Amino acid sequence: MLYYSRLRMLGVVGICLISALLCLPNFMKSPSSFLPWHQVHLGLDLRGGSYLLLQLDTKTLQHDRLQSLEGEVRQGLLTAHLGYRNIERDDATASVLVTPRSDSEKDSDRKVLEGLTPSIPGELAVSEKNGQFAISLTPEAIRSRAREAVSRSIEIVRRRIDSTGAIDPSIAREGEDRIVLELPGISDPQRIKTLLGTTARMTFHLVSPDPTHAGPGTTMLPLSEGRGELAVEDRIDVDGANLTDAAATMNEGQWVVELKFDNKGADDFARITTQNVGKPFAIVLDGRILTSPVINGPITAGQGIITGSFTARSASDLALLLRAGALPAPLTVVEQRSIGPSLGAASIHAGIISLIVGFVLVVLFMLLFYGRFGLYADVALFANLVMILAILSLFEATLTLPGMAGILLTLGMAVDANILINERIREEVRNGRKPLQALQAGFQRATSTIIDSNATAFLAHVMLFVFGTGAVRNFALTITIGIVTTLFTTLVLSRMLIVRWYAHKRPQELPV
Amino acid sequence: MFSRPLLRFVRDDRQIHFMRGRHAGLIVSALLSIASVVLFLTPGLNLGLDFRGGVIVETHSPTAEDPAHMRAVLKAGQINAASVQSFGSPQDVRIAINLPRGGEDEHVTQKLVDHVRAVIVQAIPGVQIQRADAVGGAVSSELFRDGVLALLFSLGMILIYIWFRFEREFALSAVITLVLDLTKTIGFLIVTRFEFDLVMVAALLTILGYSTNDKVVVYDRVRENLRKYRTMPLRELLDLSINETLNRTLGTSMTVFLAALPLALFGGSTLTGFATVMLFGIVVGTSSSIFIAAPLLLLMGQKRLRREG
Repeated sequence: MLYYSRLRMLGVVGICLISALLCLPNFMKSPSSFLPWHQVHLGLDLRGGSYLLLQLDTKTLQHDRLQSLEGEVRQGLLTAHLGYRNIERDDATASVLVTPRSDSEKDSDRKVLEGLTPSIPGELAVSEKNGQFAISLTPEAIRSRAREAVSRSIEIVRRRIDSTGAIDPSIAREGEDRIVLELPGISDPQRIKTLLGTTARMTFHLVSPDPTHAGPGTTMLPLSEGRGELAVEDRIDVDGANLTDAAATMNEGQWVVELKFDNKGADDFARITTQNVGKPFAIVLDGRILTSPVINGPITAGQGIITGSFTARSASDLALLLRAGALPAPLTVVEQRSIGPSLGAASIHAGIISLIVGFVLVVLFMLLFYGRFGLYADVALFANLVMILAILSLFEATLTLPGMAGILLTLGMAVDANILINERIREEVRNGRKPLQALQAGFQRATSTIIDSNATAFLAHVMLFVFGTGAVRNFALTITIGIVTTLFTTLVLSRMLIVRWYAHKRPQELPV
Repeated sequence: MFSRPLLRFVRDDRQIHFMRGRHAGLIVSALLSIASVVLFLTPGLNLGLDFRGGVIVETHSPTAEDPAHMRAVLKAGQINAASVQSFGSPQDVRIAINLPRGGEDEHVTQKLVDHVRAVIVQAIPGVQIQRADAVGGAVSSELFRDGVLALLFSLGMILIYIWFRFEREFALSAVITLVLDLTKTIGFLIVTRFEFDLVMVAALLTILGYSTNDKVVVYDRVRENLRKYRTMPLRELLDLSINETLNRTLGTSMTVFLAALPLALFGGSTLTGFATVMLFGIVVGTSSSIFIAAPLLLLMGQKRLRREG
């Protein structure tokens, strides 16, 4: 056991050196050519910034689909010249209920309903109960629609955030219907929240001939800024989805938003403006009428402007939203955490002071209570710290304040392995063993205990990582990494140091 | 230099008869744990923002800030039901607003935090908003569920692990001891009124892990001695095992204690509670290895582990 092959020693020293190199970028200002450039990311609690958890409104998503499904059912029955006593939506069971006109038409009804085209394969299921047909959205289809909507929303959120000039934002899916948004450096996320709180679905409708009363095919919609309501035709004449560009500009001393349409949009726009000269139309954004100008003449260039009481900020925000596209369903902020930059700096300070003081205390303790072997434990402890940082840097992991606490606690627990080994060696010496046998027996017997005790801590923190969120997850991460590095630094590194020292000096007595 | 150790907790040949104090240890522990359970029922844990939901805003004013003044500022902005306290320096104020009653409406919570910020920034020139957190009702109950699940699953994993590695008596007495440790720590949390949030769940878990570790080391020695001294009465054998591992037990609890201490002293508002609870847990976990886990093993293992004694 005294013999360590050159290769093995090189391996151990090599791992330590590589770890040290991996850590270096964290302490340097600018990248250098000879180092792999991976840095630990500071968490939002340390650098300041905002964390937003957004929830996609899947109810709206489902409601919208049911609404269009209802239309398809009516259309389908109409085309087949079939009547019905009643058609209604049931949001609770995600289905459209059809009551046939008579029993004799049931079979033909069923044929029509089963012949409806699903928007996703396997989306619709037709069932019959108490003489009523139910066309239901299958749970798989609802889930897959939500998943798809989240993916699309992430894309749109990214576009919206990018155009605000936010630096280094991170946007990720969480669970089935949520999005996590991390915005370093933005400690007041109010503007972002407003931007994301808008679905930004823009449509152009004709205003109803009777603008004060809703009738069949028209709906009363509120004017923006609470200037009353107007009845607007339900039919969409031009869809905002056909926009290619939007920009905020000045027009006659006022802020306006300039729109450019694609071919289809331009055609639609040309048609409605040609056919309806002199009539008012309404530009509707998320169920509110932005403006309702009168069509002065045909607009065929595929361009238009929206006037309204815009400020520079609100005009550019609207342009931004229109450029980024509409969200498939509303997003709601369900959790917000914002940290100001000075608190972040104070937390970094607190974390580093704690790390240094804790490290020094543990190092001193080991020196005083375990002498030379304590010194080796301290060397291993330092290597441990370096390796944890190296692994975090390598994966460009995030470090939060609880994460720093995790590192410190790991170090406090890491020397447990050294203490176990030392106590064991000491016992073996007291039992009258020769130094070499004592070392051997000490290492051997302590190893199984060390693995046992670390395994339990490892399991506990893996659970915390699985169920935890945010900063707590980071705590679990650093401890879990720390347990792995601890096994290496204590069972391999400090053991090698002790054995090499012994092989070199061959002392008659061990300093335990 | 640094050749031989300078200090030692206990002389190697010292034999302390811990098992004599086993009844006292068990009774004190049981009483403390019962008291903790009573405290848990009333007044209960001081739930933090993570689990209770609501709004927390921390401000840093350019000059000393009187909480009463802040309260007036908020009142002028139509914000009520706020607890306003100084914390840290006299310039720092912490404002906590509970979720509107029965209000699971996420919009309300989110609007509220923006409103509070706007009102304060307008009324107090030069004020810095250090922290602005808003957690909705649905999220907070999910976080609570996840926290409880994390605790339960960890406890379960530890139980399974010990069950595989040791005989049934060991596993059972270890888990009972852990539950006793956990209840006492929660009792401590209630008495000190530290907020119970996700970071506290992490603290509880770390204490669990540490305490298990401690029991595993003592039990490992007990098992080894059971094989080594085939005729020694269990009571003597437990005393011997505890004494043999005593320096290690004290040493490790000391290093973990030393690591957690600076966090409690300098860690700032996020970590002070966490680290203080850790410190308490280390003391409880260490003493329970000696005074609870071993006596329980004696009670349960008297028949099965050793006939004599």
